[in-house]
Amino acid sequence: MRYAETGFNLEIDLSRGNIERVATDPRDTELYLGGLGTNAKILWDRVPPEVEPFSPDNLLIFATGLLCGTPATGCNRTIVSTISPQTLLMAYSMMGGFWAPELKYAGYDKVIFRGKSPNLVYLWINNDKVEIRDASHLQGKGAVETAELIKEELKEPKAQVAAIGLAGENRVYTASIEQGRSSASRLGIGAVMGDKGLKAIAVRGTKDVNIARPAEYLELCNEVLEYIKDREDKPVPGVMPILAGLGSPKEMAVHDEKWHTENFMWGNSRTRRKGFWNEEIEKAWTETLENVRTRLISCYNCPMKCGAIISVPGISTYMMKCFSKLTYTMAAFSDLDFGFKIAQRATEYGVDGFSTPQIMAFGFELYEAGILTDEDFAGCPSDNEGKFYWLLDRIVRREGIGDVLANGTYWAAQQIGKGAEAYAHNNIKKHEQLPLKLSMLNPVYFLMYATGEKVNITQIEGSFPQAPFATMEEREDFVKDWIQVPDEKFKQYLLDWEFRGENSNPYYPTVEMSCEIVDWQEMMHYIDDALGMCAGLSSFPLKPPYHIHNFPTLISSGAGIDMDEAGLTQVYRRNRNLVRAINVRRGLRRKDEKPPEDHWKKRFPELETQLLDAYYKFKGWNNQGIPTKESLHELALDYVSEDFLQRGILTDNEGTPSKETSVETEKK
Amino acid sequence: MGEKKKKIVKTIKVDVDKCNGCRACEVICSAFHATPKYSSNNPARSRIRVIHDPLKDVYVPVYAGEYTAAECNGRDKYTIDGKEYDECAFCRASCPSRDLFKEPDSGLPLKCDMCEDDPPQKEPLCVQWCITDALTYEEREEEVEEEVEREEMEIGVESLANKFGLQKLMDTVARMSMKG
Repeated sequence: MRYAETGFNLEIDLSRGNIERVATDPRDTELYLGGLGTNAKILWDRVPPEVEPFSPDNLLIFATGLLCGTPATGCNRTIVSTISPQTLLMAYSMMGGFWAPELKYAGYDKVIFRGKSPNLVYLWINNDKVEIRDASHLQGKGAVETAELIKEELKEPKAQVAAIGLAGENRVYTASIEQGRSSASRLGIGAVMGDKGLKAIAVRGTKDVNIARPAEYLELCNEVLEYIKDREDKPVPGVMPILAGLGSPKEMAVHDEKWHTENFMWGNSRTRRKGFWNEEIEKAWTETLENVRTRLISCYNCPMKCGAIISVPGISTYMMKCFSKLTYTMAAFSDLDFGFKIAQRATEYGVDGFSTPQIMAFGFELYEAGILTDEDFAGCPSDNEGKFYWLLDRIVRREGIGDVLANGTYWAAQQIGKGAEAYAHNNIKKHEQLPLKLSMLNPVYFLMYATGEKVNITQIEGSFPQAPFATMEEREDFVKDWIQVPDEKFKQYLLDWEFRGENSNPYYPTVEMSCEIVDWQEMMHYIDDALGMCAGLSSFPLKPPYHIHNFPTLISSGAGIDMDEAGLTQVYRRNRNLVRAINVRRGLRRKDEKPPEDHWKKRFPELETQLLDAYYKFKGWNNQGIPTKESLHELALDYVSEDFLQRGILTDNEGTPSKETSVETEKK
Repeated sequence: MGEKKKKIVKTIKVDVDKCNGCRACEVICSAFHATPKYSSNNPARSRIRVIHDPLKDVYVPVYAGEYTAAECNGRDKYTIDGKEYDECAFCRASCPSRDLFKEPDSGLPLKCDMCEDDPPQKEPLCVQWCITDALTYEEREEEVEEEVEREEMEIGVESLANKFGLQKLMDTVARMSMKG
């Protein structure tokens, strides 16, 4: 018997309408666990670098994590993997909610799509019965609306539905996949789903998920729950409120937005509005939130209430979580009321709430600069809010200038020319970043921004505090119950970290320490993404209930795989290198690994070079960021180095620099 | 008259306003009732279900009550504070009118047993795992009069005697026995 996982994937060929249930190799679970790990293995094996994102040969994988559907609190993530139309690299956006556990209960670990359906369809998985159904009547329907309609026509209110809106159907590069209170939004995976002619996947399952050593597993789960209760009563002092507790940032609960509104940038990630927050705004925004928020809600098997049901009078109800609350508001220099209203339309369209507002602000900036013209904006209303609704509609429908902007700021700027490139200033690897511009370079963040394969900073940070504590007393207080550190030395790094002087940014944490800190943070995210664990209870917050010391037992008692800390670290390294290998094979090189020029005011080119050199070395990569033959061998990834050698990405002589390429040139 | 006896009444108090819809109660209930204990979980086997419709803000944890062979004549539908609840949303019965509280394989009815265990659990597991406090547990003692249980026939005969008079009943019985 297989434990925690089901041991079966669904293989769906949308071109031929073929459905197969395929047994998986338990050795792959031992090597890569599940979720992101096994997704990466499948993409490596089956999607060669020549395959374009919108090719029928691109795969779209919906995966559960290894421990999804078991009683482990917060283990509910769906990991969607494909090749991104925006970055042309691997994308692995994820969503919480209820979908992944339901798929496990239906008896599958993953659904793997290939090909393209000639007509719009949806997939209906009802335990052993799986069918591709016509979705022509759902064409153009909103993502939330689609889910409701499908549940109604199937007469299955308990089905869980992941769907795209119009943006996905029209292959907008910021199209998301929406699933009730959650969404997999980043890097245009909704566009790949639309390209495949797949409107939605509905799933219902009533089978058991088995545990290898039940008593031991439950004891661990109970400890985790106890820790969560305890931790909720003890917010971390000395950090901003959203970093003090567990879960993803409690944007739906908090009213105090001073930090975000005054530190994040407004408009096209340009304008910082110090002194914006005042009593009057706080009162108005509090009222707005209180009036539209009906209930705080959770994902499957998790007590953290990170989401909310939002009912704005006059428009249909939707669900929201995290920071979309402010992205539209701030991009448009508007207020929270506007933010909630436009987010409703954006959710039905199914677009990424980070990139999309920035793309619109970018469009208007180009207009103000005279690079885009009246002709491009013919019919656009003149009022500020109306403008944004108008442009959102154009982008999602790919009409006029919207068709250009629908490709994101990087590709739009390339297409528009006339100096537009300078306005697409907030990208890494062609992807819009958080609207955050800071003063002093932070070496840890530099490395995460530069090298993160997720191409998205909030998804790779977390375990180590973002800033030093002011006093030694606070630091000592923080480290005294810091059980999550993989090694005691991290406590000393924090104790010695100062705001000013020798032991401060950018030279402290030192290059070596920065490498170790980034590696630890990455490790926790890669483990989460393989297990399906929510980052909000593990890799993202300070002092989480899950960590490197309790994960191995959770895995071994849950899935029946022998696992200890060393073994788990090795799995992390294997998965990390495999994801990198997919991207290296698609052309990713050192020159792609740079944060936006204006991300920090104070830059240190020499230090940044040292950091990248050291980090690559630390990871076992050459100076182009390519995993070496030796390090791949250590991770049982010899098949990767063989491929690299064959393609001339690595040479037998390690000293020879590899063939110079870049993702840039890969776009047709 | 029977004698006075003390009895423990076990109550799960449900605060629908506090429910966050996470369904941890379903997970742990089905795990606890698996054989061997905790060896598997499956919300479809859970004896507590969260009846929910997020877009209507409906979240009602309901735990399984008695099996009933027949559905009601007529259904109930409640509107509370302007929110309309599904038919039978608050009903705990395992009933032919819906698929709730039935084993998914056999269709056999499921019933909450308040997690009877040896040694006893301090609270039913769903309550222990609901740390948002939508579910809380309460025990209270009630004094009940314990009556000697009577046989079914005695109850029936008594009601006939009450209706027709004892004499008429005895005459009838005598006549019937003579006919053989």
